[in-house]
Amino acid sequence: MTKTIAGPRGLTRRQLLARATAAGASFVVGAGYVAATDAAWATEMNAMKPDSFATLVQLARDIYPHDRIPDENYVVAVKGYDTPQEVDATEAGIEMLNAAARGRGYGSYLDIGWERDRVDLLRSIEDSDFFQKIRGGLVTGLYNQKAVWPIFGYEGESFSQGGYLYRGFDDIAWL
Amino acid sequence: MTAPFELSDDSVVVVIGTGAGGGVLANELAQKGVKVVALEAGGRYLPEDYINDEWESFGQLAWLDPRTTSGDWRVAKDFSGLPAWIVKAVGGTTTHWAGASLRFQDHEWKAATTYGNVQGASLLDWPIDAEEMAPWYDLAEKKLNVTRTNGNPGLPGSNNYKVFAAGAKALGYENFHTGRMAINSTENHDRLMCQQTGFCFQGCKWGAKWSSAYTDIPEGEATGNLEVREKAHALRIEHGPDGKVNGVVYADADGNEHKQMARIVAVAGNSFESPRLLLNSASSMYPDGLSNSSGQVGRNYMRHLTGSVYGVFDKPVKMWRGTTMAGIMQDEAKHDPSRGFVGGYELETLSLGLPFMAAFLDPGAWGREFTSALDQYENMAGMWIVGEDMPQETNRVTLNHDVTDQFGMPVANVHYSDHANDRAMREHAYKQGQAMYDAVGATRTLPTPPYPSTHNLGTNRMSENPRDGVVNRWGQSHDIDNLFVSDGSQFTTGAAENPTLTIVALAIRQADHISRELSAGNL
Repeated sequence: MTKTIAGPRGLTRRQLLARATAAGASFVVGAGYVAATDAAWATEMNAMKPDSFATLVQLARDIYPHDRIPDENYVVAVKGYDTPQEVDATEAGIEMLNAAARGRGYGSYLDIGWERDRVDLLRSIEDSDFFQKIRGGLVTGLYNQKAVWPIFGYEGESFSQGGYLYRGFDDIAWL
Repeated sequence: MTAPFELSDDSVVVVIGTGAGGGVLANELAQKGVKVVALEAGGRYLPEDYINDEWESFGQLAWLDPRTTSGDWRVAKDFSGLPAWIVKAVGGTTTHWAGASLRFQDHEWKAATTYGNVQGASLLDWPIDAEEMAPWYDLAEKKLNVTRTNGNPGLPGSNNYKVFAAGAKALGYENFHTGRMAINSTENHDRLMCQQTGFCFQGCKWGAKWSSAYTDIPEGEATGNLEVREKAHALRIEHGPDGKVNGVVYADADGNEHKQMARIVAVAGNSFESPRLLLNSASSMYPDGLSNSSGQVGRNYMRHLTGSVYGVFDKPVKMWRGTTMAGIMQDEAKHDPSRGFVGGYELETLSLGLPFMAAFLDPGAWGREFTSALDQYENMAGMWIVGEDMPQETNRVTLNHDVTDQFGMPVANVHYSDHANDRAMREHAYKQGQAMYDAVGATRTLPTPPYPSTHNLGTNRMSENPRDGVVNRWGQSHDIDNLFVSDGSQFTTGAAENPTLTIVALAIRQADHISRELSAGNL
């Protein structure tokens, strides 16, 4: 199911998983630092290879980079690909990414250290069905997470608070 | 109190659709004692049901049945299966509209005469004019309780409006204000006043915005003369050997087909579904579809040229607070060919929530150019361009026989390509809109492409000469006396104004005409 390799803190990935599941905490895995809720990750690990998922999370961030959004929201945004129905096509797409990275002299997509260089690679495959599927899914998968709205200042619904008539609909002071 | 009519009752007027056209027509006829069965493809949602969450509301209200697209408009690439953002529900797109209620300018009724020969455009004068429409506009403004008419105060200006107005003023524009809106600025007409909640596009939970769903429809039902049949999806209109239409075949919620007999049929399913229905009703007598002897059914599709401009500032605006369309600037709505195009455009404030901003700001875009703009969401102001697009015969709704809907009926293919006049006007509007925001200190401006269309017009257009269009000055088929078109598809040209007030005015007028003709024994 999961490969046993050394994690960034000297733990095996399996140990990381076990710890995260037990503690209900987020944890770190793979070449990137992927924070995920334990339950989501534990489920995901059953369907997708950890390296592939870590690559997918990095891909999501490279497509829609928001430095103030933590990894866990990107994890949530792409966790839907970790199903028996989606996993084969997704792994194939990740392998395409890694092959493109090897073609550029890197070991894998995650080995490309600069966002600039990853984006350059992505520009070369942005018309592929895989890229467009991931990008299109992120539009709702990422931005429709209520958890990210406050990061953008967006307040969501206001009906439950009586609207903004008495709560600052016209409070602009800098004009 | 609803009035159940028998399927076999051939004395009723069948109205297909319950939005600004059909909903108003149905109520106005019912008030005059005419018996009406309104067939509504969607379900019934009222203010307590509306959801102030963009995607969830979209799933609740939007028309999501399959459609296809073609042409060079960007919507065909970015939203190939979703050419329109319109509503499938009792009340139609009056649940979703922002409430802008503007009369056409006088010259816009005479576009062909005013603009002259525009190559590639199929411009035509309306067979009616401003003078004839004035009393119907009066009635429409009363019905919708439009601000800045009938003694109603304007709505107060939101943050988004204040930025917009400051920009307009800085550029020397003079004609800008918080709009003529079908949104209560005081509590009256049994409706609350606007609480500046936002989410006008998702249905007004206060009922402060006029929608036929909770005004005309229940008023009509209260007379006992109107039955609204929900989840009744019209499939085809049938006719007798005399060539007159005699009923409508529809599918109910379980997919079972029924035929409601009719004395008169009025089609008001929006500019995609109305021509589609006429085309899908082809028979041996009418092999090209109903009311299509001119070959004009489906042609001259117009959508307003649209586009948006967002401005990013170094301080918060919070544009989502308050009404979605919070103000208007009308100085560019005039016809002034020295700008390099005929016709004109309105600029109106607009805001989208974060989820829809992500979907519509620059569809398909990715990377930091895109995300760094979204990062400034809180500091954004927004406006929408509503300009007159040129009617073109080749911009049209046709049947796509390769794709069928859940009832096995060919879907509408919507073909649209910009006219050179449209492109010139949009570029001008982008430039002016960006200049407005620059004038108040924008650090970045974003000329945003058109969204899926909400102003869908012109696919069954009104014409004096039966050769040039589908319906006459009453919205009555040139070919079939007891067949009417009652929605925006009857528009001869689009003008620069949001279309709902004109659709309502035409529906009130049409109801008056139909009831008089019924009384006179002519129908």
